[in-house]
Amino acid sequence: MNIGSKMASNIQPGEELLRIENISLSFGGVKALTEVSFDIKRGEVRAIIGPNGAGKSSMLNVINGFYHPQVGEVWYCGQKRKGLKPFQIAHQGIARTFQNIALFKGMSTLDNIMTGRSTHMRANMLSQAIWRGAAEKEEIKNRRFVEEIIDFLEIQSIRKTPVGRLPYGLQKRVELGRALAAEPVLLLLDEPMAGMNVEEKEDMSRFILDVQSEFGTTIAIIEHDMGVVMDISDRLVVLDYGKKIGDGTPEEIRNNQAVIDAYLGVPHE
Amino acid sequence: MFYRQAGDFKTTYRDDIQTFPLKQDRWGYYIVLAIAFLVVPFFINDYWTSAVMLPFLIYAIAALGLNILTGYCGQVSLGTGGFLAVGAYGCYKIMTSFPDLNIFVVVLLSGLITAAVGMLFGIPSLRIKGFYLAVATLAAQFFLVWLFNKVPWFYNNSASGQISSPERSMFGYAITGPNADAPVRYLFCLTLLVMLAWVARNLTRGRLGRSWMAIRDMDIAAEIIGVNPLRSKLSAFAVSSFFIGVAGALFFSVYLGAVEVGEAFGINQSFLVLFMIIIGGLGSIFGSFVGAAFLVLVPVLLKNIMVNWLGWPTDIAVHIEFMVIGGLIIVFLIAEPHGLAQLWRLAKDKFLLWPFPH
Repeated sequence: MNIGSKMASNIQPGEELLRIENISLSFGGVKALTEVSFDIKRGEVRAIIGPNGAGKSSMLNVINGFYHPQVGEVWYCGQKRKGLKPFQIAHQGIARTFQNIALFKGMSTLDNIMTGRSTHMRANMLSQAIWRGAAEKEEIKNRRFVEEIIDFLEIQSIRKTPVGRLPYGLQKRVELGRALAAEPVLLLLDEPMAGMNVEEKEDMSRFILDVQSEFGTTIAIIEHDMGVVMDISDRLVVLDYGKKIGDGTPEEIRNNQAVIDAYLGVPHE
Repeated sequence: MFYRQAGDFKTTYRDDIQTFPLKQDRWGYYIVLAIAFLVVPFFINDYWTSAVMLPFLIYAIAALGLNILTGYCGQVSLGTGGFLAVGAYGCYKIMTSFPDLNIFVVVLLSGLITAAVGMLFGIPSLRIKGFYLAVATLAAQFFLVWLFNKVPWFYNNSASGQISSPERSMFGYAITGPNADAPVRYLFCLTLLVMLAWVARNLTRGRLGRSWMAIRDMDIAAEIIGVNPLRSKLSAFAVSSFFIGVAGALFFSVYLGAVEVGEAFGINQSFLVLFMIIIGGLGSIFGSFVGAAFLVLVPVLLKNIMVNWLGWPTDIAVHIEFMVIGGLIIVFLIAEPHGLAQLWRLAKDKFLLWPFPH
């Protein structure tokens, strides 16, 4: 059990896991996010959608601590977050995948996923140097878990292939595996299906739903394919020009006039 | 035909993560070890020890160290010469201050001192990368050489400014000093090299090694999935400098016996070790050995051919040697940018299928 699962242990499914309060983020004169507030409940699939440049990826970067908003608060597991570095937030159980694949190209699939497991490993340098004993035991224990993920994602055959040589769809899958290896409480997926064909999208959607139901992982997903998003998510947040213009179930969002306007391109007054 | 992975099934994860998963590789490794420890010492003479074996063993340790930092963690360093000097002077100071201390312990302590110095000079790596970091480590190189030149305390106020190694022995055999026998010096360095290579392999296959490689391949993603960049980079600097410090201590105490810092540990050394790991293969333990062997053996070989066989004058031979080695480096880098280790890997892959290409 690592810090993340401990922090989230008293939050039941359906209760608030993460709350974004009044976040504003700007880079110089460019306002990426303006006064955005929403929450993510434990166990749900929460989609963040919006046209290009709406601030979706910036939102994920705020959630995992890569960007520090000028205004606003992030509450996680009932605690207000302050001054944490991204790797500390990873240790609290937030994992993510990236819009442009960010795998470790020189390493094998197995090593990539094992790296995702590093928040669960704590053998010190000396025992790792000696290897026999504690370090080896820990390695094997975590390898067993990683093999379960490899089975789950059906990537057994590429276990020892350097990821740089894999096709795009498989790289996306390995990246999901690397995030899953951390056994995250909250999993952030940044366009996991971009550039995929219908079949690959179906596979990926199935994996995402399986992750939610099998591991009870809470998922925040950015995706452009409306068909997919409406199908797999429980609730959606819609951003446009850095502002929240809609929040609710797929049904509510479908009938939200502001959202329809944003997607169809009604001029802003 | 005989080199096969088919039929060699792994039934435990422990078998699967061992260093040499193939049976033939494992036996090859045992045979090389046996020859190095049990056969070579009986045939080795003074010339072979000081011209070939000791430089190879010591540079292999240094190359392993630099490969951990540059090859595995992606932090370019041009400070190797300076860190070798820290190892050498650390060794000298400990040897002269505590004459009763075992030489083996002295060498390891010199490594620890160098590790601390390396971490200090590794701090800029948290802010700067690539060429800029290379320049920052270059500063370490010049500063350290200057320091050992300027402060007489480091060379115990000797008139020549040199440091020379007193005699120290283990199990009754002199290891340093003028009375040390060739096989003893060879075995001492070999033992350290084998131990350190084993440590390097263990560190690079576990969590720490993966965090180094993650930082090398994509530092932002590494941090976001939970790798502490400060710890990874500084541990890489520490481990790398430890290896280089041990190499420096051996270079001074066992190999040369007496050194002057500017000559022995100049910027040339930094580049030489860097060339070794680039030619041998970045991010490869085996590559560190091959690179060191290549740059130590080829000059000796060329010199023997040109001077002893063909009877050419020494000065011409030296110049031709420079040209040939330079040419070879370029040829190798064009033919295989990932180094000799990659060539070896490709050859093995071919052999796994030979004689049937599919």
